[in-house]
Amino acid sequence: MPRKPCPLREAIAAAGASAGHLYGVRGTTDLAGLAHGSSLGDQLEELRGRSVLIAVKDPSPAALALLELDGVAARLVLCPADLPPEHMPAVARAAGCDAAVVDSAAGVAGVAGIDCCVTVGPELLPAAVRRIGSHDTEWILLTSGTTGVPRLVRHDLATLTHALADARRGTAPIVWGTFYDIRRYGGLQILLRALLGGSLVPAAPGESVPEFLERARAARVTHVSGTPSHWRKVLMSGAAAAIAPHYVRLSGEIADQAVLDAVRATYPGAIVVHAFASTEAGVGFEVRDGCAGFPASLLDAPGAEVRLTVREGTLRIHSRGNAHGYLGEDVVAFPRGPDGAIDTGDLIEQRSGRCYFLGRRGGVINVGGLKVYPEEIEAVINAHPWVRMSLVRSRRSPITGAVVIADVVLADGKPGRARPSPEELTHQLLQGCRQSLAAYKVPATIRVVPGLEVSASGKLVRPNA
Amino acid sequence: MRRGRPVSNKQTRAVRLPEVSGMLVRSTIQSLFEQVAAEQERKLATLSEDTRLIDCGLDSLSFAIIVARLEDHLGVDPFSSAETTDFPVTYGDFVRLYEGIAA
Repeated sequence: MPRKPCPLREAIAAAGASAGHLYGVRGTTDLAGLAHGSSLGDQLEELRGRSVLIAVKDPSPAALALLELDGVAARLVLCPADLPPEHMPAVARAAGCDAAVVDSAAGVAGVAGIDCCVTVGPELLPAAVRRIGSHDTEWILLTSGTTGVPRLVRHDLATLTHALADARRGTAPIVWGTFYDIRRYGGLQILLRALLGGSLVPAAPGESVPEFLERARAARVTHVSGTPSHWRKVLMSGAAAAIAPHYVRLSGEIADQAVLDAVRATYPGAIVVHAFASTEAGVGFEVRDGCAGFPASLLDAPGAEVRLTVREGTLRIHSRGNAHGYLGEDVVAFPRGPDGAIDTGDLIEQRSGRCYFLGRRGGVINVGGLKVYPEEIEAVINAHPWVRMSLVRSRRSPITGAVVIADVVLADGKPGRARPSPEELTHQLLQGCRQSLAAYKVPATIRVVPGLEVSASGKLVRPNA
Repeated sequence: MRRGRPVSNKQTRAVRLPEVSGMLVRSTIQSLFEQVAAEQERKLATLSEDTRLIDCGLDSLSFAIIVARLEDHLGVDPFSSAETTDFPVTYGDFVRLYEGIAA
C-alpha cells in the first residue's frame, strides 16, 4: 500500500504552527489565507500530477506556489532567480516538465514541452481550492555550478525537512530573514524553517543590502541567514544597525573566525551559528560556539542522525537528509560512496580536536607541486582588523606553474583609528601570512581592491573554481 | 631603498610601460631581488652581470614571486612572450629580458 502523502501544508499544521506571514517586496501575505484563497487563480487543479517548472523571479509568489503545489504536483522544479534563460529549456527537458508557474509572460518563452502555463500572483485571492494531497511530490533543486547547465538534484519533503526537527514554533514568534534565494538548497531550508515556525522575509533579486535590511527591520526580523559573503556585505553597508536579530546564521561558504567575530561584535545580543549543508548531502551540522570549524567529536559519532566522516581528506555525510540522486543522464556522477555517504568535496584538516575547512577539492592551486587551498590563506588575511574580505587566486607562473595572489577589500574606517596606507597594509598582511603559513602559501602579491564579485547565490566568485 | 618594504609609490607609477626607462627596470629588479631575499630569509649574493641565477641565493619560489611582482610593476611577463625562447641564466640575462620588452 502506498505511503500516504503528507504535503507541506499538512506538515505545517502538524507542527502546531499557526500561519505566519510572507513579507514580499510587493506586500505582505498572511498564510492563513491559504484556507480559502490561492495565488494560482483557479488553476491549481490543472497542475495536479504534472511536472511543474517553477520559473518565478519574485521569491514570495514562488514560495506561495511551492506551498500550494506540494502534494499536488508530481514534481516541482525550482529555478533560481539567476538561472540563465538559455539553461531553462535543458532543465525543463531533463525534468520532463509539462507545466510551468511563472510571474511574467516571458517566463518560459522558448521552452518546449510545456502545455500549461499558470501565472502566480503575489497575494492569495479568494478561490475554490480543494486542498487534497494526491502525490509524493518530488522536489528538484538545481546546483549552483559555476559553468554549464546546472545539475538537477532529487529531494522530497522528507529529505528537505530532515534537519528541521528543532524548527517548531517556540513561545516567541520567529521572523526569519534570508539573503538566500529560497529556490536553492540553503534558502529552501530557511523557507521551510520559517513556514514550520513563523514568518519569512526573503531578499528579492536586485534588492540592495540596505533595502533588504529596512524591510527586515519593518518585519521585526528575529533570525537572519546568509553566506559569510552576504554578512561581509552587511558589515560594509553602513546599515547593519537597522536590524537587531536574536539569531544569525552563516552557511554556504567557510565561516572564518574573522567574519564570526565581526558579526558577533555587530550583534552582541545574537546567537551566531554557522552551519554546513550542500544540495546533494543535505545539512551536515551547525555550530553555536562562535569558533570557526567544528568539533572533531562530531566525526563518526555513534548513533548520530547525521553521520559525518572524513575519508581521503574530504567530509562525507550520510543522513536521511541526503538527496536521492541526480535526475536524468547524470545518475552515475552522484557523489555517493559505497558506504552510502555523500562526498561533499570539502577538504578537512584536524587540529587540536577541531575540524577546519581547507577549501574545495577542485579549488586547489598547485604551486610548484605543493597544494594550496585559497580559503586557508584568506582566513589568515581576513584576521587583519582592516580587512573585510579577500580572494586568493592563482596566477600562472613560468617558474612554479602557479603562484597565489590576493585581492583584499578594506574594512570601513573607524573613528580614532588611522587606516594604514595600501603599502603599509600589504606589508603587514605579507608579514602576517609569513608568520602563520608555509612560504609557498604566502601570496606573491597583494592588491587592495574596492570590491569583490559575489554571485547571486551569495558566494565569492572564484575564477579558478 | 629599505629592505622588506613591498612597493614604493615610485615603482607603482612605473606600470605605464612607455615611461619605463631601462634604468628604472634595472633598479626595480635589483630592489625586488633584495626585497624577496629578505622576505624569504635568504642570503642574496652580490648581483653582477655574470652572477648565475642558480648561485644568487634565491629558490624557485623566490623567482616566481619576483616575476609575479615585476608583472604588476612593469605590466609585462617576458617569460610568456612568444619571443622568449631562452630562459635567462645570469642576472644580466634576466635584466635584459625585461629591458628588451620594456624598451
